[in-house]
Amino acid sequence: MFERLSLMKRLFVGVLILTMLAFLAGCGGPEGQRGRAGKGAGRSDVTDAALKTYVPPGDLDEYYLFYSGGHSGQIFVAGVPSMRHISTIPVFSPYPGTGYGFDNESKEMLGDYTWGDSHHPGLSETDGEYDGRWLFINDNAQGRIARIDLRDFKTKQIMTIPHISANHGSSFVTPNTEYITMATRMSVPFPEGTYADVTEYARKYKGVIAGIKVDPKDGHMSLGWEVLMPPFNYDLGDAGKGVSDGWLFWTCYNSEREFIEGGKLEVTASQRDKDYVVMLNWREAEKAIAAGKFKTYKGAKVIDPAKAPGVVYFVGLAKSPHGVDVSPSGQWIIGSGKLSPTTTVFNFEKALKAIENKDFEDTVDGIPVLTYESVREAEIPVGLGPLHTQFDDRGNAYTSLFVESAVAKWKLPPYDPGDTDDAKKMEKYVLEKIPVAYNIGHLVTAEGDSRSPDGNYLVALNKLSKGRHLSVGPSIPESAQLIDISGDKMKLLYDAFTEPEPHYAVMIKADKIETIEVYKKDVEPANKNAVWEPEDTSVKRNGPNVTVKMIAVRSFFAPDVIRVNQGDKVTVHLTNIEQTRDELHGFAINAYNINIVADPGETKSVTFKADKPGVYAFYCTNFCSALHQEMQGYLLVKPRG
Amino acid sequence: MRRMFSWISDKLENPLDLKSRLILGLAVLVLIPSFFTPLWSLEFWSYQYPDGLSLYIYSHKLVGGDDGNDLNEINILNHYIGMAELQEEDFLELKWIPLALGIFMLLTMRALIFGRIGKVLDLFMIFTYFGLFSIWSFWYKLHYYGHNLDPRASVNVDPFTPPVFGFEQVGQFKVWSYPGIASYALVIFGVLLILSMVFSLKRKEQAG
Repeated sequence: MFERLSLMKRLFVGVLILTMLAFLAGCGGPEGQRGRAGKGAGRSDVTDAALKTYVPPGDLDEYYLFYSGGHSGQIFVAGVPSMRHISTIPVFSPYPGTGYGFDNESKEMLGDYTWGDSHHPGLSETDGEYDGRWLFINDNAQGRIARIDLRDFKTKQIMTIPHISANHGSSFVTPNTEYITMATRMSVPFPEGTYADVTEYARKYKGVIAGIKVDPKDGHMSLGWEVLMPPFNYDLGDAGKGVSDGWLFWTCYNSEREFIEGGKLEVTASQRDKDYVVMLNWREAEKAIAAGKFKTYKGAKVIDPAKAPGVVYFVGLAKSPHGVDVSPSGQWIIGSGKLSPTTTVFNFEKALKAIENKDFEDTVDGIPVLTYESVREAEIPVGLGPLHTQFDDRGNAYTSLFVESAVAKWKLPPYDPGDTDDAKKMEKYVLEKIPVAYNIGHLVTAEGDSRSPDGNYLVALNKLSKGRHLSVGPSIPESAQLIDISGDKMKLLYDAFTEPEPHYAVMIKADKIETIEVYKKDVEPANKNAVWEPEDTSVKRNGPNVTVKMIAVRSFFAPDVIRVNQGDKVTVHLTNIEQTRDELHGFAINAYNINIVADPGETKSVTFKADKPGVYAFYCTNFCSALHQEMQGYLLVKPRG
Repeated sequence: MRRMFSWISDKLENPLDLKSRLILGLAVLVLIPSFFTPLWSLEFWSYQYPDGLSLYIYSHKLVGGDDGNDLNEINILNHYIGMAELQEEDFLELKWIPLALGIFMLLTMRALIFGRIGKVLDLFMIFTYFGLFSIWSFWYKLHYYGHNLDPRASVNVDPFTPPVFGFEQVGQFKVWSYPGIASYALVIFGVLLILSMVFSLKRKEQAG
């Protein structure tokens, strides 16, 4: 943000803050003015933090932060460094604020579902760099994936594919957006819809991982291929880049491959010392499909890795792993076993060598398991409960520690010869830790999944906030903390609180996203139901179907009276004929549970059955003008004779 | 008195020398941009329009800023006070002004070829009348729109005339109205006409 602030402004802010501090000191200190959250974890140097996060009125943030909304099913958009929440993009759940899930198009995208569980946003990439075109987001609950167009920040496609149960290992993007991933977290009998008791878990249940193809022109997603996997829980993933371009990685747990009724999965899935990292060569998967080495189940081309060698490998990883993250160069694959106090660095070049030399220690369902010692570069004693890792531009990695409630900063290889076999000696590569409030899950650095992270900001996405904010009762929001990682020492800058419940987030330089602010009449593809002039509006009847072509403009609807008969099926095509930024119009019909919102130049359609007789007012819900209150009309539903 | 008239008659018959003819040639060229650039521009600014709204009056068209949308926006705002929509079809000026400009170009070439001060003076007189009439016509249009407000409009305001030249506060808007490049081109055209006459006037005297 500092490029954006002139020296004068900085001085001004500095003086302002000093004056405030002096004033507060005179009043008996900040304690006297405001309540304080619990002492201990997470305090910051007020002046430094204020200077680094204060974005003056009218100035813009430097980065977009896209948080997943968890089981709210949405995406939240914030600015960094201010951490101000700017907007919510509805994806898997209706959102009356923008009319999402009420108009025909979004209703059809949502299908019968009224919620989703969005976890891991992924930005489209070109040459391993964020290109600002699309944002992908998975739905862990209903096995879906969605694409948001960053031109207008709207959900354009929601896709579901067969055989994926709980799509958690998603949506990780390959360096040229060739594929985004989907993966089964909770194995179920295969193929989808099959009935088999949990006692048959080991044999009949299967995991599936999938590559979703993205059309480079318009971002349209389609199923590329699926791979049938042992019944483990496929958890998190990442796409290879640089030297590991062409590969995809996932962690998995429950390699015990059992679900014992009443046995507690948390216990039964923690018996083996190691679970696995999956290494999938997607170019080999493409070849296997081209060579016909697949079977089609419910329209999906499914590869059995035992019959298509070279597509999938495993490598062991400390038990119950969670995150697997690929370093900016693509050489280091970082796996974190959440029950282990270390994070493991794999050397991708060693993995390629092990594959070449068939250096396998085991085989699982026909999938070779690479010899751990041959592939492992080092184990880093980062601390308790390591989950996820992000990177800066100076060869450092940042790993979230759930149990320890901290972020550990550590050095990526190379390490001094001999150190890697000595746990004690490896300690010196852990450079620093910063406590967070509290219990961090994911973390994200600026452009952290790209080939060239920016190395200035890190956001800790904490699961618990425990009174770091004004109390709102027992349903407590999540916390996101902004940390400055540009210097030698990590510095806590800001606490923000979010609605439930961000998991992962991505941070992209603001100038990479080019948005439109109105749908220009002569630029956007024409909607066949649009009308632009009052004289072209109409109410037409075809049997029991009534079609209304309506315009909205400050401050009236035309037509403003719709006469129908009880039982008619009514479709209203509403065109907001404004071409001015921020002139949105809503259209709500009282007692009919309808509220759509059309942006300038947009046409939205809503179809409903006029089953309630009587007279119902409709009105503009999105405040538009001085005479917004007058923007209304009537739906007259004539009772059945 | 008689001597003066005879002097004028004499001068009007003066042939134009090469320099004056070159200036007239230049004057023809100077008129070209007046077809492509605005004659007048109005800028509107208020807090909720941080980028402002603009309206450009060309010799043959009305164009709003923001890819044309500002005109639409101005009309939407004006409908609240019952002002008629600003529509190109209602501006007869946009038909005759380009016609007149073309005629001026032809008349300039004519003067250049016939090469008498008198022809230039005729042209200059017509042109001056054209200029004054256009400004009056522009003022009258603004006055007409501001004084023929629909009495049933939702917001009642006293009749007003938006500024023809300079700044004025109109409601929540600060409005600036200034000539555009095309108008400056027309002024330069007029000055060139004068110069072409003056140069030939002097030369003759020196020769005499």
